Amino acid sequence: MIGENDVRYVAKLARLHLDDAEAGHMTAELAKILAHIDKIAELDISDVEPTAHVLDIVNVTRADKPRPSVPRDEALKNAPAVGEDSFQVPKMS
Amino acid sequence: MSGWEPVIGLEVHVELATQTKMFCACTVSFGDPPNLHTCPVCLAHPGALPVVNQRAVEYAVRIALALGCTVRPRNVFHRKNYFYPDLPKAYQISQYDEPLAVDGAFDYWVGDERLSCRINRVHMEEDAAKLVHSGESGRIAGSDYSLVDFNRGGTPLIEIVTEPDIASPEAAREFLNQMRNLLVELGVSQCIMEEGQIRWDANISVRPAGSTTLGVRTELKNMNSFRFLQQALESEIPRQTAILEAGGTIDQETLHFDPETGTTSSLRSKEEAHDYRYFPEPDLLPLVIDPAFVEEIRAAQPELPAARIERFVRDYGLSRYDAFVLGAQGPLARFYEAAASGADPKLTANWTMGEYLAHINATGLEPGHGHVTPARLAALVGLVADGVISGSAAKQVFALMAEERAEPQEIVERHGLGQISDEGALDAVVARVVADNPAQADQFRAGKEQLLGYFVGLVMKATQGRANPKLANDLVRKALGK
Amino acid sequence: MSALDPLRLTALEARRLLIEGEVSAAELTKVYLDQIERVEGDVHAYILVADDDAAKYATKIDSEMGAQRGALAGLPTAIKDNMVTEGTVTTCASKILAGYQPIYTATAVRKLFDDHVVMLGKTNLDEFAMGSSTENSSVAVTHNPWDLGTVPGGSSGGSAAAVAAGEALWALGSDTGGSIRQPAALCGIVGMKPTYGAVSRYGLIAFASSLDQIGPLARSVADCALLLQHIVGRDPRDSTSVELPAPVQVPTAESLEGLRLGIPREYLGSGVEQGVRDRFEATVALIEKLGGRCAETTLPHTEYALPAYYIIAPAEASANLARFDGVRYGYRAAGADDLIEMYERTRGEGFGAEVKRRIMIGTYALSSGYYDAYYGQAQKVRTLVRRDFASAFDQFDLLISPTSPTVAFPIGSRTADPLAMYMSDICTIPVNLAGLPAISIPCGLADGLPVGFQFMGPAFSENLILRAAHALEGAIGFDTAPTFRAASEEAPS
Repeated sequence: MIGENDVRYVAKLARLHLDDAEAGHMTAELAKILAHIDKIAELDISDVEPTAHVLDIVNVTRADKPRPSVPRDEALKNAPAVGEDSFQVPKMS
Repeated sequence: MSGWEPVIGLEVHVELATQTKMFCACTVSFGDPPNLHTCPVCLAHPGALPVVNQRAVEYAVRIALALGCTVRPRNVFHRKNYFYPDLPKAYQISQYDEPLAVDGAFDYWVGDERLSCRINRVHMEEDAAKLVHSGESGRIAGSDYSLVDFNRGGTPLIEIVTEPDIASPEAAREFLNQMRNLLVELGVSQCIMEEGQIRWDANISVRPAGSTTLGVRTELKNMNSFRFLQQALESEIPRQTAILEAGGTIDQETLHFDPETGTTSSLRSKEEAHDYRYFPEPDLLPLVIDPAFVEEIRAAQPELPAARIERFVRDYGLSRYDAFVLGAQGPLARFYEAAASGADPKLTANWTMGEYLAHINATGLEPGHGHVTPARLAALVGLVADGVISGSAAKQVFALMAEERAEPQEIVERHGLGQISDEGALDAVVARVVADNPAQADQFRAGKEQLLGYFVGLVMKATQGRANPKLANDLVRKALGK
Repeated sequence: MSALDPLRLTALEARRLLIEGEVSAAELTKVYLDQIERVEGDVHAYILVADDDAAKYATKIDSEMGAQRGALAGLPTAIKDNMVTEGTVTTCASKILAGYQPIYTATAVRKLFDDHVVMLGKTNLDEFAMGSSTENSSVAVTHNPWDLGTVPGGSSGGSAAAVAAGEALWALGSDTGGSIRQPAALCGIVGMKPTYGAVSRYGLIAFASSLDQIGPLARSVADCALLLQHIVGRDPRDSTSVELPAPVQVPTAESLEGLRLGIPREYLGSGVEQGVRDRFEATVALIEKLGGRCAETTLPHTEYALPAYYIIAPAEASANLARFDGVRYGYRAAGADDLIEMYERTRGEGFGAEVKRRIMIGTYALSSGYYDAYYGQAQKVRTLVRRDFASAFDQFDLLISPTSPTVAFPIGSRTADPLAMYMSDICTIPVNLAGLPAISIPCGLADGLPVGFQFMGPAFSENLILRAAHALEGAIGFDTAPTFRAASEEAPS
């Protein structure tokens, strides 16, 4: 079953900060949910094909023709931080 | 390094020369000011969806076929999940266990030796955006902030993965150089390395010579300079060898090469845990490649460099080395062939590899452009072969041909560079030269054969280099009674 | 002009009045804006009411458009706030998108704009469409207009409550596991999820890419058909969108005579409360009286559908929500000096508890070592669910069931237990897994609260479903005007 170490590892993968209380709480909740989800392990379906798409279509593509891009100020208008016409982010240490 | 052998594998990333990005219709651009070519899709705005660029698929098939791969009947896209500012969706749409093509091989030369490197797979994905770090070195450590430019983000990227069949730094360099020529020849990418249009990761390990198991490998990521790759490998291989010789083990890690110091150092990994959580991309449907389409592409495939080089050896009687120099790249190869159709192939080869290539390198012209056309070079070669001009005069003619738009014959006449092959005219000159140098004449008659060159040189000087050297030679001998 | 009752006016009727000049667009919009003013303080259906813009636009339709008016000109429409609308802030009811200004408009919404609907505002939802009660909104809790102490359902609770409360003529919602149908059921109105691919998802903020669909909520089946008609169609910007084989038709006089209707026994399990069961059985009896032939059937893998859904949906969502990283738009945590700290705190502070739970489940289900057992296995269960439906549709034209196992439940009664909340969707989730169309219509009251009746059909059977639902709706004659019972009042027994 899922333990707090798993939860911390998964939170790291998902870039979600969890403080200690949250991590504990989350572990308990996920354990319950996963106990229910684990039900699907009952089925022996090794020979069943997975459904990746419910639609029976293939080869959906588009021609290599340009369309106008958005103006730069539109592209940047929601940015939390901008520098030199670019999106600014804190350094990775 | 005896007793140990390096094992190198490469993952080559190629940006395609399509008009638009892989999954949206923004223009693919290079060197433009930041963030001019973006849209909700390549900025990963909420609700945006990808749509596959048909031409990118076609180019990918071209590459796969040129590398002798099997194009799989069905391929799908997967999401490769990780967080980084140059990846706006926080996943890259790539291919995982159902890629476009598998199981090919690429033949390339190192010197005279023809080597083959197996190709594990060719798949399609999208390029990341460009991340620039503020702070001193432009490398990540030591920056205050980073800036992201999404112009490049979403550019179609083809990944070519080799088996670890490359056995030396020089081979790695040649493999990449020749791969690059192939891709340019196919018309799928301009492969401008300074723009990062072709980049590669190298995996290096070392093992006892003759062993078939693989050692622990390190990875050099994101390189775009052949020279630096070779230097990096030449640094890393001895490093690993020394550790193994001492009985130690290699840490599997990612390395950075510092061109200043010429050494590699460990790079902090982007993700502590490389758990990409691949799953099939639900926003894109599978691609089923029609075999008729594959055949169409195969039929339209241009002659590949490897085949062309072989053909030059065979049909023009060139050495392997000469055939490689002339045949490796399309524009020069086409120039050479056009010229060789009008003159002796071997002489034409010498002239093309010599004067012509120097001219191209100095001026930056594309082969076939400028005043020196294949026909004119062929004519020049013909004039030399027929003895109309001497070899040294021909070099002058070539230089003039590069500047003036004129036929070589015209240049010869206008500048009076024609070779003097008239015996009568030369007789007079020879007689005068012999008469003016009685001491040397006596020495020659006495046995000093090397003085022949002295007399011929004087004849050449007296005729401004225009005397037919062979004839001058013969006449001097006659005049000296030998 | 006789007084228009927003609690009963249908879109078809409103359109007729507009076309015949009996009411102006401005007058019609005012009816709804007035109702919003009257009841919104109790209902909280909207995140954003665009009252000035709506009134101005309606006036413009009257004065400028003349013969160029679109097919739906002047009809007051609410849009769920998980569809991007350029020029209007879109939040997905999340702190992480507070103040976000879209740079484009969702295709389905743009089609309605091209038809000149009047957008009244953006409706409340469970954050990122994850929930069954609209209590997971970071903005407000929406109250069910039938009993203000109860939930409207979710995640399209705002749209359902707005329509039910007369705060909109009709609305767009989205359905991933029942998020249109279940709130429609709880609010006593009609809601439909089309076949997967029928409506473009471009501009629908993605929750689960292989399950999401946009659909209509309205007071009548015919209204739903009309709205659906105007949003379907293949969109070159959505690779997973397709053209319907036949155009959507607004049903007129229809009959249930001879229709073969299957009742999957798995949808009438112990979780279904008595009042719902009674209403459902009464409706079945009515159908038989009208000539429909109902019989029990089985969809044997139904019990595995919910667990499979709660793997697939969170897995896809974990990837879809990864783009909310504070880099290009939305919330960014203050004072983070390091990139990873910025990511973690932005997402930790920006997302609500349910969203974080689902991201965690999804990430776990895809992570190294667990993919085969969870995501891989769930995709196989999905195949079995599809096969179950395919077999059933060999024998039956349509399948029927209650839409929700319970009527509207009290606000706060299930928030402590996520699993209990997930159970709200047991009747609706399977068709999402199979990509099939389904509709919910009100079939009566239990304890004074609406009960929903669901029709499910094969892929692209929208017209058949609409005809059957329309026929039944006419026979039931449910009054969709809600009672607005205050939270403290006793429900009638």
